[in-house]
Amino acid sequence: MLGKSIIAMESFSAEEIRLVLDTAYKMKQVVRRGSDKKLSNLRGKSIVNLFYEPSTRTRTSFELAGKYLGADVVSINSGTSSIVKGESLRDTLRTIEAMGVDAIVMRHKAEGAADFASRVVKPVIINAGDGAHAHPSQALLDLFTIEQHKGRLAGLKVAIVGDILHSRVARSDVYAMTKVGIEVHLAGPKTLLPRFFAFDGVTIHEQLEDAIKNADVINVLRIQLERQQAGLFPSTREYAQVFGINDERLSLAKDDVLILHPGPQNKGLEISSEVTYCDRSAIQEQVQNGVAVRMALLDLTLNGGAK
Amino acid sequence: MINQTWQFQNKFKSIIIRGGRVIDPANNFDGVADVLIVDGKIAAVEPDIKASADFEYNAAGKIVTPGLIDMHVHFREPGQESKEDFLSGSKAAVAGGFTTVATMPNTSPVVDNAALVRSMVNRAEDVGLINIKIIGAVTKGQNGQELAEMRDMIDAGAVAFSDDGHFDDNAKIFLNALDYLHDTGKIIICHEEETSLVKGGVMNEGKNSAILGLKGRPTVAEDIAVARDVLLAEYTGGKVHIAHISSKRAVEIVRDAKKRGINVTAEVTPQHLTMTDDLVNPSDASTKINPPLRTKKDCDACLAGLIDGTIDIIVTDHSPHAFEEKDREFIYAPSGFPGLETSIGVLFTELYHTGKIDLKTLISKMTCKPAQIFGLDSGTLSINSPADVTIIDPELVWTVDAKNFYTKGSHSPFIGRKFRGKVVATIVRGNLMKLNQ
Repeated sequence: MLGKSIIAMESFSAEEIRLVLDTAYKMKQVVRRGSDKKLSNLRGKSIVNLFYEPSTRTRTSFELAGKYLGADVVSINSGTSSIVKGESLRDTLRTIEAMGVDAIVMRHKAEGAADFASRVVKPVIINAGDGAHAHPSQALLDLFTIEQHKGRLAGLKVAIVGDILHSRVARSDVYAMTKVGIEVHLAGPKTLLPRFFAFDGVTIHEQLEDAIKNADVINVLRIQLERQQAGLFPSTREYAQVFGINDERLSLAKDDVLILHPGPQNKGLEISSEVTYCDRSAIQEQVQNGVAVRMALLDLTLNGGAK
Repeated sequence: MINQTWQFQNKFKSIIIRGGRVIDPANNFDGVADVLIVDGKIAAVEPDIKASADFEYNAAGKIVTPGLIDMHVHFREPGQESKEDFLSGSKAAVAGGFTTVATMPNTSPVVDNAALVRSMVNRAEDVGLINIKIIGAVTKGQNGQELAEMRDMIDAGAVAFSDDGHFDDNAKIFLNALDYLHDTGKIIICHEEETSLVKGGVMNEGKNSAILGLKGRPTVAEDIAVARDVLLAEYTGGKVHIAHISSKRAVEIVRDAKKRGINVTAEVTPQHLTMTDDLVNPSDASTKINPPLRTKKDCDACLAGLIDGTIDIIVTDHSPHAFEEKDREFIYAPSGFPGLETSIGVLFTELYHTGKIDLKTLISKMTCKPAQIFGLDSGTLSINSPADVTIIDPELVWTVDAKNFYTKGSHSPFIGRKFRGKVVATIVRGNLMKLNQ
């Protein structure tokens, strides 16, 4: 994977997914060390985090991932850069490229922005989320978390529930999970489901209960409050009643069901506090796995994964 | 690689075009003949004309048609000259074989009054390469709220009216516009996408938008708009022309309306006849247009409608933008791409050479049909009509390259495509302009 840009899960082979997960297991050992987490794999490499959208966990975990691997990492926030002066995406990317950067980790509101970047400049582009299109590192950390808990991926039943329509996580999960033999069930109010979404290995449900019945994993997506203003559902109250994940609904899934959420959560809306903090929830662990998976991605693309 | 530059000035008093296959649907003529032009008018169309002329064009193996007409272009004057102007647009038209175009009024400011129409008419005459007709706005500033002074604009030379770029949501204002124009016989050209259903949308709503995460513009938005306007045309007796139709159901609605005798006509673009949303790549805004590229079933329905007469004419919806405007994030880039220079290439390659349409039908949709609908004096090779003529080499193979474009527009989904069929000469009012070969 040396030199490869990470744009979307579409372009990953099952073998490449395996390689990322295997590397992430090693990286997780490093993250969990009590002291001296610094490796030298990427010493002398430089990485720029270019974030056009707010982010806590993705940006911080990419930043730490780069630093744990020994790279120099700079984070650019669109609000305090030349972007507010109207600089085009092409010119911002070319400016960063000219400074001798090896990789650009990019988060952007526009679908296709990371792909555009990979066509325009030479450094490795890592897509940290482009609009509703893709968020590949999230999908890989979801797989990693599931495999750690279940010991396997193929044959599992995963329900992804909530705002599928606007979710880059759901789209990347669908590609990643179907490639490794997971059976995917999507559910949400019909207003938040993409029309004409046809995908082998994926079933769409308009009733939540049908999706989570006997599920091995439930991935709960964030509901953005502006979706209510756009008329997609009448109230947060009704959403929570009909589509929120709570203890009662959880009983429909398998006893050892694993709960995931990409964060940030709206507690009491798409997920209840009891569920978030219960022993079947891996939401906190996802964050740590995120650092490990992103270390794996950076190491594989910038260093070829060699020790 | 063929030379794609043009020679734009050639003032000959008389011209003979020898030995081409003349296709003149207005006169139901298709056969090998010579065309004699004298003093900017068609003087004769017959085999083996004995007379001599100042210039003889050998058209053996070529197709000779009335000058092509495009009733839907954006030449961006006034105010948006970085995208296109009357000169660059006119050169693009010549290179594409178009002798007459009609410009849409969604400029800055909007062409919504007689003074602006008059100044655009004068500007067209000053540039003078081709015939440029001016379409005025239906409502002031195209705001959809207040009627523009359309009768004044007719006196100043406006050929039709349109709020192209968006749908007039206010049904009452649109009904008023139809009533107000009723006795003038002028046509309203309608952009048919119900606004609330396409808000924020950047491509066709379908399996591709679902996978890409891009917001969709559903066909039902177009179908609703077409249905409403057809009903209002029926109710008022006014004349409605459906711009750039793209949806299968909309074609069916127009077909049904025509059967019932409603005053409705329709146009379609080469892109909506031949390209689908499978081509949309969110890292490149070249394919971003409104209405969007649809699906194969919609393309097929548009072609069937074109052949059976439901769709009357072909237009390009030539919509150039500056390089930096299209060279950006898909969702932020403006909609539209230039089409004048690629139209014949696409249509010949995809429809004629594949046997999907016969030449007489194809040429009629670009000559006599638009002339009849909009009351133009061109679109025919009848004796004494203006000498607007297009000469096409049906076998010339060429590759679309933005470097050869005369338009200022740079992005087109046709770039890189290899076409068979190219315009090699364009004559406007007797002025012969030709490809340097």
